[in-house]
Amino acid sequence: MNLVFKKKKISALLAIVPANERTFEEDMAKFNFTTARSLKLKKVMGYDRHRVVNDSVCVSDLACFGLQFLFDRGHLERDDFDALVMITQSPDYFMPPTSNVIQGRMNLKRDMLCLDINQGCAGFLIGLMQGFLLLDQPSIKKVVLINADVLSRKVSIRDRNSYPLIGDAASIAILERSDDPSEIPANLKMDGSRCEALMIPAGGFRLPSSGVTSIMEDDGENNFRAKDNLRMDGTGVFNFVQVEVPPMIADLLRIAKVSIEDIDYFIFHQPNKFMLQKLADKMKIAYDKMPSNIVELYGNSSGVTIPLAMAHNLSEYLIKQKMTICFAGFGVGLTWASMLLKVGPLTYCEIINYP
Amino acid sequence: MNPINELLEKVRPEMNFMESEDFVEGGFLDSFDIFTLVAEIDKKYLISIDGEDIIPENFKNIKTISDLLRKYGVNV
Repeated sequence: MNLVFKKKKISALLAIVPANERTFEEDMAKFNFTTARSLKLKKVMGYDRHRVVNDSVCVSDLACFGLQFLFDRGHLERDDFDALVMITQSPDYFMPPTSNVIQGRMNLKRDMLCLDINQGCAGFLIGLMQGFLLLDQPSIKKVVLINADVLSRKVSIRDRNSYPLIGDAASIAILERSDDPSEIPANLKMDGSRCEALMIPAGGFRLPSSGVTSIMEDDGENNFRAKDNLRMDGTGVFNFVQVEVPPMIADLLRIAKVSIEDIDYFIFHQPNKFMLQKLADKMKIAYDKMPSNIVELYGNSSGVTIPLAMAHNLSEYLIKQKMTICFAGFGVGLTWASMLLKVGPLTYCEIINYP
Repeated sequence: MNPINELLEKVRPEMNFMESEDFVEGGFLDSFDIFTLVAEIDKKYLISIDGEDIIPENFKNIKTISDLLRKYGVNV
């Protein structure tokens, strides 16, 4: 599905990462693999360290910490936004929505929309699309888009497929109308027939958590996880990305009538370095135009890897100038989405530690 | 030694690949070992195996790996 937005922008961006950091070497001790084999994996996949929350921390904690930071520094007024869109797959509760929890904790005004969206790796882009649609309403002048996940709490520490790459983080993007008349092309596809490629099987209404769902099982490759844990079909997801993402980007650039050379940066979701470098090779994009350092420095925090990659790699440029960025997100759902957006100058663009 | 065997030994030195006719089904290569093997192949032959070709079927045995390399102009 091709989409077009007009006169919308990201005006500011904040990323929040847990101060708590784990190294791959610490994780290795929990895996049932030889040290040499794990170290090879580290090199190829780009694993090094990752930020994970302590067990009691929820996404609303990261989000409220970030909002308070913005209020305290005068970057955002408490009653100056009309919609709070929350993208997460690790909500505080089944009910109420986490966006309402945040509204209440931060004493925000009642005359606003609070909206939760359950999306993961493409969540930042789905959130941008939703936020831009809301800004077509005359009464909505500013949208706060929060993307946050604490999925490390759902990953088995004995699962070498998932634990060394998982990261927790949040981002707060401020979305507003823009005077720039140029079109913002985007596209979006979903395939629910492959929804089991990335899932947490237990804990919902289909299979409630119980003693049975917490039993650790060997997946046949020496990874141990329970049905309460996140499960990823590594090969299936890798192949999905390599097959679906390059034509999606080619379509986006064709519709926008631009070439790879016209794009300043390709900011893609970052599951691991190997996957991104294979995408770059296939699309003939120079590695330095497609940063792939977020997994090794922070871990894979689902959709938040996109704003985090912007804040980590581009903040010094984005607060001064406008850049043409091609965004892409792909993963759970399965969902894949992209957008070509001019970003900057932003009023701020930072990463802060929680707490 | 066949260069493919050399690369396989680099990835899993503790395994005797001669004992298996299907490295994937036999538990000799898991999905992450395949990624490691591809990285070794890319480095040795200065190629980049297309991500679409990184599927278990292409890494079942020496013959399927040889066939894959031939596609990239590498004869082993």
